[in-house]
Amino acid sequence: MDLLHLVIMAPFIYAGFVPFLYKEGRQIHTGWLVVMLPIVLFSTFARMIPTIANGETVQKDLAWIPSLGINFTVYVDGLALLFSLLITGIGALVVLYSIYYLSKETEALDYFYVYLLLFMGSMLGVVLSDNLGVMYVFWELTSMASFLLIAFWHDREKSRYGAQKSLLITVFGGFSMLAGIVLLQQITGTFSVREIIGQGDSITTHAMFLPAMVLLLIGAFTKSAQFPFHIWLPDAMEAPTPVSAYLHSATMVKAGIYLVARLSPIFAGQAVWFWLVAGFGIATLFWGSFNAVKQTDLKAILAFSTISQLGLIMCLLGLGSAAVYFGLEGNNVLYTTATLAAVFHLINHATFKGSLFMIVGIIDHETGTRDIRQLGGLMSLMPITFTIALLGAASMAGLPPLNGFLSKEMFFTGVLEASQLSLFNMQTWGILFPVLAWLGSVFTFVYCAILVFKTFRGKFQPDKLEKTPREAPFGMLLAPLILVALVVIFGLFPNMLASSLIGPALASILPQLLSPGEIFEAQLSLWHGFTPELWMTIGVIAVGTLLYLSLPKWIGLYRLFPQKLALNQAYDQMLIGLERRANQVMRLHMTGLVRDYLVYIFGFVIIIVGSTLFLSNGFVFETDHAAPIGVYEAVLAVVMVIAACVVIFSKTRLTAILATGSVGYMMALFFVLFRAPDLALTQLIVETVSVALFLLCFFHLPKLKKEGSSLSFKLTNLLISLGVGLVVTLVAFASFGTNGFEPISTHFLETSYKEAGGLNVVNVILVDFRGFDTLFEIVVLGMAALGVYVLIKLRLAKGDEP
Amino acid sequence: MELLMSVAIGILFSVGTYLILSRSILRIILGTGIMSHGSHLLILTMGGLKRGAAPLLSEQATVFTDPLPQALILTSIVISFGVTGFFFVLAYRSYRELGTDDMDELRGEEHE
Repeated sequence: MDLLHLVIMAPFIYAGFVPFLYKEGRQIHTGWLVVMLPIVLFSTFARMIPTIANGETVQKDLAWIPSLGINFTVYVDGLALLFSLLITGIGALVVLYSIYYLSKETEALDYFYVYLLLFMGSMLGVVLSDNLGVMYVFWELTSMASFLLIAFWHDREKSRYGAQKSLLITVFGGFSMLAGIVLLQQITGTFSVREIIGQGDSITTHAMFLPAMVLLLIGAFTKSAQFPFHIWLPDAMEAPTPVSAYLHSATMVKAGIYLVARLSPIFAGQAVWFWLVAGFGIATLFWGSFNAVKQTDLKAILAFSTISQLGLIMCLLGLGSAAVYFGLEGNNVLYTTATLAAVFHLINHATFKGSLFMIVGIIDHETGTRDIRQLGGLMSLMPITFTIALLGAASMAGLPPLNGFLSKEMFFTGVLEASQLSLFNMQTWGILFPVLAWLGSVFTFVYCAILVFKTFRGKFQPDKLEKTPREAPFGMLLAPLILVALVVIFGLFPNMLASSLIGPALASILPQLLSPGEIFEAQLSLWHGFTPELWMTIGVIAVGTLLYLSLPKWIGLYRLFPQKLALNQAYDQMLIGLERRANQVMRLHMTGLVRDYLVYIFGFVIIIVGSTLFLSNGFVFETDHAAPIGVYEAVLAVVMVIAACVVIFSKTRLTAILATGSVGYMMALFFVLFRAPDLALTQLIVETVSVALFLLCFFHLPKLKKEGSSLSFKLTNLLISLGVGLVVTLVAFASFGTNGFEPISTHFLETSYKEAGGLNVVNVILVDFRGFDTLFEIVVLGMAALGVYVLIKLRLAKGDEP
Repeated sequence: MELLMSVAIGILFSVGTYLILSRSILRIILGTGIMSHGSHLLILTMGGLKRGAAPLLSEQATVFTDPLPQALILTSIVISFGVTGFFFVLAYRSYRELGTDDMDELRGEEHE
């Protein structure tokens, strides 16, 4: 147990105390008691920056399940530290914001902060675990915490729908990721990411390499809302706004990004990896930004914008993996631009998207609505909110001099370079990347403009609003102010992050490109001359402005897309269809009729026993050591068979009972002939008692009415029963025909008198050699007698006395 | 002899199965009885038939029949008697309470 383990466990431990703090300290907002924790954790991580920046890493082990190779190993490198700082930093700001956002009087704050701390701890666990098994545990915990947080207002139906949807999709991905992890473990024999990376080339040639990669990618894509798994994110917007800001923009949705970045050293350089990551990323980027434009709800715009930006980062990670293909030769700094842009944009997106979500929350809080059709003209009423929103949106749109501009420029550089690549068939398809990237950026510009100008400019419509809007309290504005200040600072002085955070993160994603002891020299600058990228940005701004101004003219085009083809529709239909199909299958075979179930059981007996006999050539027919057939036995057998058949054909119950009785008496006679006197005695008595019992109740028994069943009903019964008889006969033949071992009965015959002092060997076996059987047989008889007594005596139906 | 008995056992099983698959409770009970006769005979037959004197050491014979299957069957007869008796009373009671012995009418209630 190290301090680092404690850091991960701290939110979990603290979450245990939150309900008590909530109950005891009702006069202050619970958030104030919670906000300390992320701040402390943030400073702990901040102190590690110099160590990590020097290219060192920290690793601490804690045995958990050593026999399975699952150990709680904490590993801090550049990538893990970057994520940890994001999680704790934005976590602190979100808690601060939530203090003003959630009312102490009306909300269940204890639940809220327990869930939030649960999430924070699991997210830290995901990014800091070196062991894939442990990482999976934390991964699923983030899904659970997200599920609980989305459904925080669980009395709303839409919240529950959104929570269920996100859980189904992310857990589906989580399971597939687990399968991928297990495959990786099978290939390499270890769960540790360090050791797996160390095995390098031997993994790529393994037959299970590709399935493992695809399964892991499904996990990453579902968590990070990549196309076509993005549909859960817009519905997750039913969560309280601090949750949307924290989970669904800055941290949880980046877990997939983290996974892709973390596994890049294993899979990078493979064409399939390149195409899957970059291809799905660029598709998500375009689809998300395209769909964001038509939304009317502010949070929905931000949700689709998050999807689109996550696609951008994913695409960059995919493009950056091409650098590994070239190895150390040549000017590979050129190709690492994409990875650099991915890491940089990851930070940028967390800052501006967090602030934008908080702004939307403020607007919702102050006006009572998030619908842009009801909003407008808030600029003069909420000047600070407006400024923050403007800066955040401008950064998202990629305008200079903010940080979004830098990452967008680098993104363009990345796609332009990628389209020039001479591998992975990029010559033919590579041109798609810059085109889609540019189009996506145009749409991004348009929805950013909608977000700001439809809300803050235009006509003020006080009659449509529930409340009179005014500027939010300063405490509420503090968190978005800090974030937007970071947006500006990172934009103006990008290099302050370069060596401390981005360089080490790059080193974790692309370790192949470094010789030992070397560290990445990431260089970011605000201005790099008149490059094609700059012209692309100018084009984005020009076309975007044009499109925004002519918005009413072409927004109708979205209606051309049929609702039926929407992915949400497909998801809903799939769920309904699944339930209906399952119901149909159940109704088809679970009829409630005992006979049907018996038919299944007997049918399976016939099929399984019969086919086993057939397939294993188990059938033997031999007469060598069979006893000769005597006249008595043959006659008895014929009589018994006839008596049995009479039961079937008998029309009255008396015939049936008597025919069954005669079968029993034939049995007794068989026992006589086959030298079993005790059996014969018992059989005679038991049969007599049974028949007497039947006859005693004769007048109370139901009449044997004619079975009014169809011919096919009887035919199935006939076939099944003939099949059972045939199988039993064949098994009897086969088992008799095979020579087994000598029976152990010679032992009983020899020792019966010597050891037990009895001459009747059967009785000696029953009470001496195998007395336990007899004991419990007596118990069975006793229980049956008690059961019969209770059945006759006990009447608990309503009105009856027991 | 054993092969003849095997065929007879098969027929007993067929008859028992056919009765168990029918709709009347009384037939089902009789079917289980016949089926247990079949299995008792099967145990006896598989131990080998007509291999000497009854397993009573006072018989002074050199070869005795196998006593173990007989002990097993004896246990089984008693148990199946107990179960059949219980089953019979259960069927009788359900017929009195529910007024029917038709298995098609004795269905569980649909839940939901």
